[in-house]
Amino acid sequence: MIGSRWPRRLLAVHSALVYLFLYLPIAVLVVFSFNAARQTAVWDGLTLDWYRRLLDDEALLGAVRNSLTVASCTTLAATILGTLAALAMGRHQFRGKRPTQALLMLPVVIPEIVLGAALVTFFGVARMRLSLTTVILAHVVFSISYVAIVVRARLAGLDPSLEEAARDLGAGSFDTFRRVTLPLLFPGIVASALLVFTLSIDDYVITSFVAGVGATTLPLHIYSMLKVGVTPEINAVSTLLLAVTVALIVAAQRLLQEKKT
Amino acid sequence: MKSRRGRAALLLLPTWAVLGIFFLVPLVLMLGVSFRQRGVYGGLRPIADLAAYLRSGGFLGNYGRSLEGVYLGIGWRSLWMAVLTTVLCLVISYPVAYAVAVRAPRRWKNLLLGLVVVPFWTSFLIRTYAWMFILRSEGLLNQGLLAAGVIHRPLELLYTPFAVMIGLVYGELPFMILPLYASLEKLDRSLLEAASDLGAGGAGVFRRVTVPLTMPGIVAGVVLVFIPSLGQFVVSDLLGGAKTMLLGNLIQNQYAVARNQPFGAALAFELTAAVLLLLLAYALYMRKRGEEVLL
Repeated sequence: MIGSRWPRRLLAVHSALVYLFLYLPIAVLVVFSFNAARQTAVWDGLTLDWYRRLLDDEALLGAVRNSLTVASCTTLAATILGTLAALAMGRHQFRGKRPTQALLMLPVVIPEIVLGAALVTFFGVARMRLSLTTVILAHVVFSISYVAIVVRARLAGLDPSLEEAARDLGAGSFDTFRRVTLPLLFPGIVASALLVFTLSIDDYVITSFVAGVGATTLPLHIYSMLKVGVTPEINAVSTLLLAVTVALIVAAQRLLQEKKT
Repeated sequence: MKSRRGRAALLLLPTWAVLGIFFLVPLVLMLGVSFRQRGVYGGLRPIADLAAYLRSGGFLGNYGRSLEGVYLGIGWRSLWMAVLTTVLCLVISYPVAYAVAVRAPRRWKNLLLGLVVVPFWTSFLIRTYAWMFILRSEGLLNQGLLAAGVIHRPLELLYTPFAVMIGLVYGELPFMILPLYASLEKLDRSLLEAASDLGAGGAGVFRRVTVPLTMPGIVAGVVLVFIPSLGQFVVSDLLGGAKTMLLGNLIQNQYAVARNQPFGAALAFELTAAVLLLLLAYALYMRKRGEEVLL
């Protein structure tokens, strides 16, 4: 084997430190959401007070409702559109495939601030009042690409002989799709839906441009709380948001890793 | 099958429509607005005589303004902070990606990879807030150092370029580790052993075999980290305060505070042009290497 013991140990120690760097700040944030002391970062006993207070914060609850509405609508629309696009890209040859591929990639790689700025200009020119609808439209734009990428990867990993077998057994192309392809793709579609829900519920940058009065989402509300100052309530709401999104991500990962047959 | 082409178009029609109307048209509109000038009450100043406006060069006013000293300084700071973030992420990530892809026992691999994937998808805002919580003067780091007697009064850590760098590296790290992991995972280990058998030392194998073979992963990671760092404004706003203004903050300001959309649009377009050039170079590089362009 290559390398002596020392470089290997160094590699292990470095990696451990990087994992610590990735998780320690989040752990600290979560732990201090249960700290009884209001002002300092000194531990002063366990409490659930900050969580209880969240339930009385009408503005916060409204923001949560808005975020859930936006994320649900975005997920539904983007999952359908992205899946259809993935089927076209993965199963068909057609003119304009390359430009379509580029069009699907661009919303993901272009800086978020550019998309936000361009959309607010567009909504202004189109005389669309900024509202939850404009937020949903903006989220759908950047979410379609993620669905298309995830579902297309799943499609590429499917065993083509299964569909051939269905056809040989006399299934028409629609039946083959409905009874063979779709069920096999399903875990990928659900996983991409979970990821889109996460992205939508977490998005701050683009939303900050296109959300009008009364369309405050959870990240916008958290941001305005941060601007006032660090409080244990922010730790509590952050912890809850983290818990929900991490659960969704882990579920999505499970679906994507399970055997593809 | 004869109707295949039509079927692809049918499947893509809704996506083309949504991305055409709500992505391409807005970008073109933004480019158009960048050539206009701000009206007295915000909005756009009407153009009375188009020919005269073009002849006077007024349509390039916002681009000219973006090259003035103050703005050039902000652009320069954004550029070097993005470069520094990218370099730091690469140097920190490569050994980790290597350890997980090549060295880690098989049964640990999924867990270790999953631990990188989770922060990749979780809220950037909350991950930035975590550092606000740690770095502020009453924060954990200062309290710890005070208690340990290392310092006697709190250090000014938050609202400094240092805090912004930590936030950027912390935020972007998973975006570097994942593409590096993907290319290291595909690395054929027998090539490393062959190089070693032929007498190359550990450093020689790394420099002449491992790095060249994983170059596509390195390039993808660099692109994935550099682009968002360049347009960043949340990290600099929360951890840098007003002292570390970046291009992203400047653009956001034009829309939210200064109500100067034309100038904001010009800046955003300059950022877009830089990003598109970078992506074009990336796509050409990947095609030359025969790799799939997947970002």
